[in-house]
Amino acid sequence: MSKAFTPTAAKPGVITANDLREGHNLWMCEAGWTPDPSKATLYEDEAIAELALLEAIGQADLVVGPYIVEAKRGPNGPEPAHFREAFRQKGPSNYFHGIQAEKAETANV
Amino acid sequence: MFDIRPVETDYVRHRAAQFRDQVARRLDGSLTEDEFKPLRLMNGVYLQLHAYMLRVAIPYGTISPDQMRVLADLAQNYDKGYGHWTTRQNIQFNWPKLVDIPDMLDRLADVGMHAIQTSGNTIRNVTTDAFAGAASDEVTDPRPYAELLRSWSTDHAEFQFLPRKFKIAISGGAKDRAIVAAHDIGLRLVDRDGKIGFEVWVGGGLGRTPMLGQVIRDFLPEEDLLPYIEAIIATYNLSGRRDNKYKARIKITVSERGLDVFKAETEEEFARRRAAFKGADREALAIFRNRFAAPDFRTASDAGYEAERQANPAFRSWTDTNVKAHKADGYAGVIVTFKAPGQTPGDASAAQMRLLADLAERYGHADLRVMHDQNVALPHVHKSDLPALYLALREAGLATANAGLTSDIIACPGMDYCALATARSIPIAEEIADHFRAAGLEDEIGNLNIRISGCINACGHHHLGHIGILGLDRAGVENYQITLGGDAYDIPAIGQRAGAGFPAEEVVPAIDRLLRTYLEVREDEGERFIDAYRRLGAAPFKAALYPEAADV
Repeated sequence: MSKAFTPTAAKPGVITANDLREGHNLWMCEAGWTPDPSKATLYEDEAIAELALLEAIGQADLVVGPYIVEAKRGPNGPEPAHFREAFRQKGPSNYFHGIQAEKAETANV
Repeated sequence: MFDIRPVETDYVRHRAAQFRDQVARRLDGSLTEDEFKPLRLMNGVYLQLHAYMLRVAIPYGTISPDQMRVLADLAQNYDKGYGHWTTRQNIQFNWPKLVDIPDMLDRLADVGMHAIQTSGNTIRNVTTDAFAGAASDEVTDPRPYAELLRSWSTDHAEFQFLPRKFKIAISGGAKDRAIVAAHDIGLRLVDRDGKIGFEVWVGGGLGRTPMLGQVIRDFLPEEDLLPYIEAIIATYNLSGRRDNKYKARIKITVSERGLDVFKAETEEEFARRRAAFKGADREALAIFRNRFAAPDFRTASDAGYEAERQANPAFRSWTDTNVKAHKADGYAGVIVTFKAPGQTPGDASAAQMRLLADLAERYGHADLRVMHDQNVALPHVHKSDLPALYLALREAGLATANAGLTSDIIACPGMDYCALATARSIPIAEEIADHFRAAGLEDEIGNLNIRISGCINACGHHHLGHIGILGLDRAGVENYQITLGGDAYDIPAIGQRAGAGFPAEEVVPAIDRLLRTYLEVREDEGERFIDAYRRLGAAPFKAALYPEAADV
């Protein structure tokens, strides 16, 4: 569940939500929202993150349920810090559905 | 069968149109998410881990072939080709788009189905024995009463904002197959000196505070059913706690106030309300009794069935586990398990749903039942049709002979889908099933109920498993607690926690040690795991789970 998380330089975070119309997971990025979590903006400052979250909440015509969640700095962008977010970023383990399938489709184009 | 009354179809269509308008207003900004959320929940629409989820009501699990085909259409056109049977005899779709849900509700309305009261603090789907009207041990068919409760509780103005959700189960069999002791209200049909009535249980439930219900009335005359149930829920509606979500279920109300106090208040309320029921409920019940009249059972020889049993060991094995006694001569009830190797427990593809619809029409008097253990039953099949039915099911991968065995595991969606989950359930279920199949121990172990929940809300009924598994988040790692000795059927019991939890990769070895110990200590092949546990207590099984502790 979304718990209040305060990002710092030591424990940065990303902002995530669901697409209002279709329901899939999205992450806040410089260009707006992306289904690719590695492109998410990594927040290391509480005040900046809070402002960004307010902006996300203000985009209720696009997304539902935005929250800040801990993420790790990775070589190719932010990575999940907890297994729940790892599952959100991949998709279910019983079928090749969700983001893992969308990524594969994109790679095949 | 569950047929469609015009007035209800109109109502269902009206509600679908209303929701279409609500979605449009959410999308155009007229409604905020805070305003929209309770409206979508009233129509069974949740936001889950990866997507929206739509839960569709299947009243008391009874569904016609045409309704089943519509569920298949929804799975194919609006989901990813499958749906998921729930532990409350409903179906969930895991991937609908919000913008498509109004169309899905319209399609459901075509066959009198809907998602009303599949969420929210209202009276939820009334559940019953999947073999209602078919079981050989039945006092009387519970479905007319289940339908009476369903029609009375749907849109009941007084009970739309209860302190918490409210679940009713009703059982007609001498053996309880509806788990009445684990419901907010449980009803067992009883025959006392030729008069039909109910043993009424109240205050049962699982979740973070599991409790078995208590008997509030040992014999309620059947004509008092609605006023008495209304009195119980009205009493709860006023005295149930609204200050703490986790103490809001009726089980807490009854346990905190005491059954005697709660019963006295209920009886007072009943006395006040009884006169308001002037007979419309009796008239409705008479209509429902006709609606659920037994099908036209045919008389035919079952010699072919017996011959096939002798000739075909695989068929015999399937009939031993998946075919149940029926009240009509020459007939049987059939369990189609959705627990084949590699299959997610309770997931049904569109093609499988369509096949079941066809087979129910061909061999099953057009009757299908979704079971609380995430399987589907054909309640009325003549034994002479069983060989053909078996062949058709086998071709579709639906003839796994495992009803009631180790691999017939109840598992909630867990963290593969659910936003509330603290760990995954599905991979654990698959690993346990695969392991014991590969070890060739499933038949030797015999009847065993393993139940897995991915959080303490207990949708997988882990407390009622002979072996229960609860998935938790321990310091950022999935961890699984094991409970022992639960029972949903014979002697209702809440399983007791065996000890410290196990990391995911240690669950299968732990269950393996547990069951090999059972095979060593059981008196004979007829003594099931739960029987051995009751005879010997927890000690030998805890020692199997925690050998290091036993060595100290």
